[in-house]
Parts: sequence; C-alpha cells; structure tokens
Amino acid sequence: MVTAREAVAAVVDPEIRVLTIDELGILRSVEEDPATGRVVVTITPTYTGCPAMDVIRADIRRALAAAGHPDAEVRTVHHPAWSTDWISDSGRAKLAGAGIAPPAPVRPRGVVPLTLSVRCPRCGSPETEQLSRFGSTACKALWRCRSCSEPFDHLKAL
Amino acid sequence: MNGPFEFTLRLGDDALIAAQRLAEWTTRAPEMEEDIALANIALDQLGAARLLLTYAGELEGAGRDEDALAFLRDDREFRNCLLVELPNGDFAVTMAKLLFLSAYQLPLYTALAGGADERLVAIGAKARKESAYHLDHASLWVRRLGDGTEESHRRMQAAVDEIWPYTAELFAPDPGAPVDPSTLRPEFERVVTEVLAEATLTWPESGWAPAGGRDGLHTEHLSYLLAEMQVLHRAHPGARW
Repeated sequence: MVTAREAVAAVVDPEIRVLTIDELGILRSVEEDPATGRVVVTITPTYTGCPAMDVIRADIRRALAAAGHPDAEVRTVHHPAWSTDWISDSGRAKLAGAGIAPPAPVRPRGVVPLTLSVRCPRCGSPETEQLSRFGSTACKALWRCRSCSEPFDHLKAL
Repeated sequence: MNGPFEFTLRLGDDALIAAQRLAEWTTRAPEMEEDIALANIALDQLGAARLLLTYAGELEGAGRDEDALAFLRDDREFRNCLLVELPNGDFAVTMAKLLFLSAYQLPLYTALAGGADERLVAIGAKARKESAYHLDHASLWVRRLGDGTEESHRRMQAAVDEIWPYTAELFAPDPGAPVDPSTLRPEFERVVTEVLAEATLTWPESGWAPAGGRDGLHTEHLSYLLAEMQVLHRAHPGARW
C-alpha cells in the first residue's frame, strides 16, 4: 500500500521531468484524515506566473486516485515564498545529471550577482557565460560553457 | 470603495496591463533570447496580477473574481498608471518603461512584504524576487544602449525623455494606503540615478507630469489594449478550457 504522502511525493515536475515536486521543494504538506480518508495536499509555486501549476494539481490528483485516495484536494499557498534553497540535495544531483546547472545558495540580500561562476554541468569547467537571463522556463537561465562550447540551462537562484 | 480594495486593484491593474503590453513583443523581439526574456517578464507580471486581482475581488466582496475584474471592466474602471499602457515604441522605449516600472515595483513589493496585511505580505514577498530580475534586466539594457553607439545613445535618451514624465504619477501621495507610494520615491530615484549615470544618460528637467490613471482617466491607448485583451472573454462569457 502506497501512502498518500509517498504517492504525491513521487509526482514529477512537468517542466523538469527528472525532479519530483518533493525534491523541487514545492510540496508543502500532505494531510490525510484517518476517519474519512480525505487527503489535503498543499503546494507552492516556484514563480507566481508558473504555467505548470494546473498540470501539477491534476497530476497530484491522478497519483492519489491511482494509490487509492480518490477524495483529494490540492491547495496553493504563496507564503512563505519558495526559494531555490528548498531544492533537496538529491534534487540538485539529479539536475546536474540532466545537464541543468543547479542554483547557488541564495544570498541574504536577494538575487545573486551576475559575476558568480556557474559550473558547466557537462565538463565541470567554471569558464562559463550567461547567454540569457531568461531560459526555456521561468525558473531557468541560458548559459554556455567556454571550455566545451555546450550551451546549458541553469536554474536561477531565487 | 474601501482603501485596501482600491490600493490592491491599482497594483493588480499595473501588473496586468504591463503583462499585456510586454507580451506584444513575443515573436517580435530583436533576438530569440530577448523574446524569451520579455515573455518571461510578462508572465511574472501576469502571475502577480492574478494574485492581486483575486485578492482585490475578495476585498471588494461583490463576487468578482480575477477574470471578472480583468475582462469585464471598461477603461474608465481601470486603475493602472499611464506608464504601463503606453505603447511599446522601439526597444529603447520598452526598456525605459521596464526600468521605471521595476524600480517602482521592487521597493513597493518589498514594503508590502514587511506590512501588516497577511495576503499582501505573501504577494509582496513572492513578487519582489521576480521584480529584482526585471530591474536587473532593464538596467543591463539601458546601460548597454545608453553607453553604446551614438545612435543607441540617442534613442535611449529619447526614450527616457519620453517616458520620464509618466513616473510622477507612480508616487502620488496616498497616506491611507497600506503603502504610501510617495515613500517609495527616494529608493526609486537612487536606483534610477545610478543606472542613468552609468548609461551616460540624464532625465529631463521638464515639470510636465501627466496623471489620471488612478482615477480611471487614461490615454487613448488603453481602450485598444483592452479591446484585444478582452475580446475572447466578452464574445464567449464564462468560457473555460
């Protein structure tokens, strides 16, 4: 028997499919009422306009139904605001394995300055440059490695 | 109308109209990376607009949700500042608009995050992180164009001269609001002064200060923008997918 928590934690992020929503840090809680079996899941968006939220909500309900929890509600909270610091260590390793440079720790003053070196997820070289501050999804920037010439995605520190 | 509703509506309308204008660049930006950047910034603005308009609807208590507020109001009922409804112009004008808007939104959202209203605290804390990226992006371009070639400098200065008068409206005093906009002016000027100086640009000394957006008195540009934004919802009321 898969618990409600396990079923929800295994849902993958629709835009970064190597990560689960638990590893991405957007899953806040899974609460099951032992009397009624009703499950309430609380999630938080990475970015306010993240267009994947509807898909994530649907995927959570589908995973719960498949695990024997048809009565489910998915709530969205915005406080406290998601931070890339909430991405788990296993999540960071999976990002790097998929060719996406994981984010640096967020500085207390907010956005990390441009000058911080991002290591190439393919060859490990710190000789990289930003091509565009905004990438294929709201949470990523586009970078290029000057050593191996490969472009790569970088999850922006937020 | 009560104070917090009016205040939240203004912020939501600023973000919504800014999103709609920025989205006009999609498939038209000078290069692929910039196309994606502008679309992402538009998406951030839309995300903030949805949260703010949803909350405004709850504060009003008349049963209007985010869609009713976005799609079923006419221009005179919109409370956005004139700055965001102005046409995109050339790329320099778009960057001047984005610089001034984000240099206003960043301290505004930061102040909200430290305020007393729990919902606005959550929205401010979330949106300010995104605003910091918008400000950074606009600053980079304004510096690059201002301190670039003779032609890019000329056009960037022209853009600043054209857009600057519209910034006055952003800081009209409103002592009863959750954040009095006039208190944001020093931080706005500090940031903008720094960026313009590095870009070898100046702001005009003219005292012309168009306003009226907060009272629903808009430029002729807003109606055209709304016509495009609202046409589908008005043709098919309540349509969902």
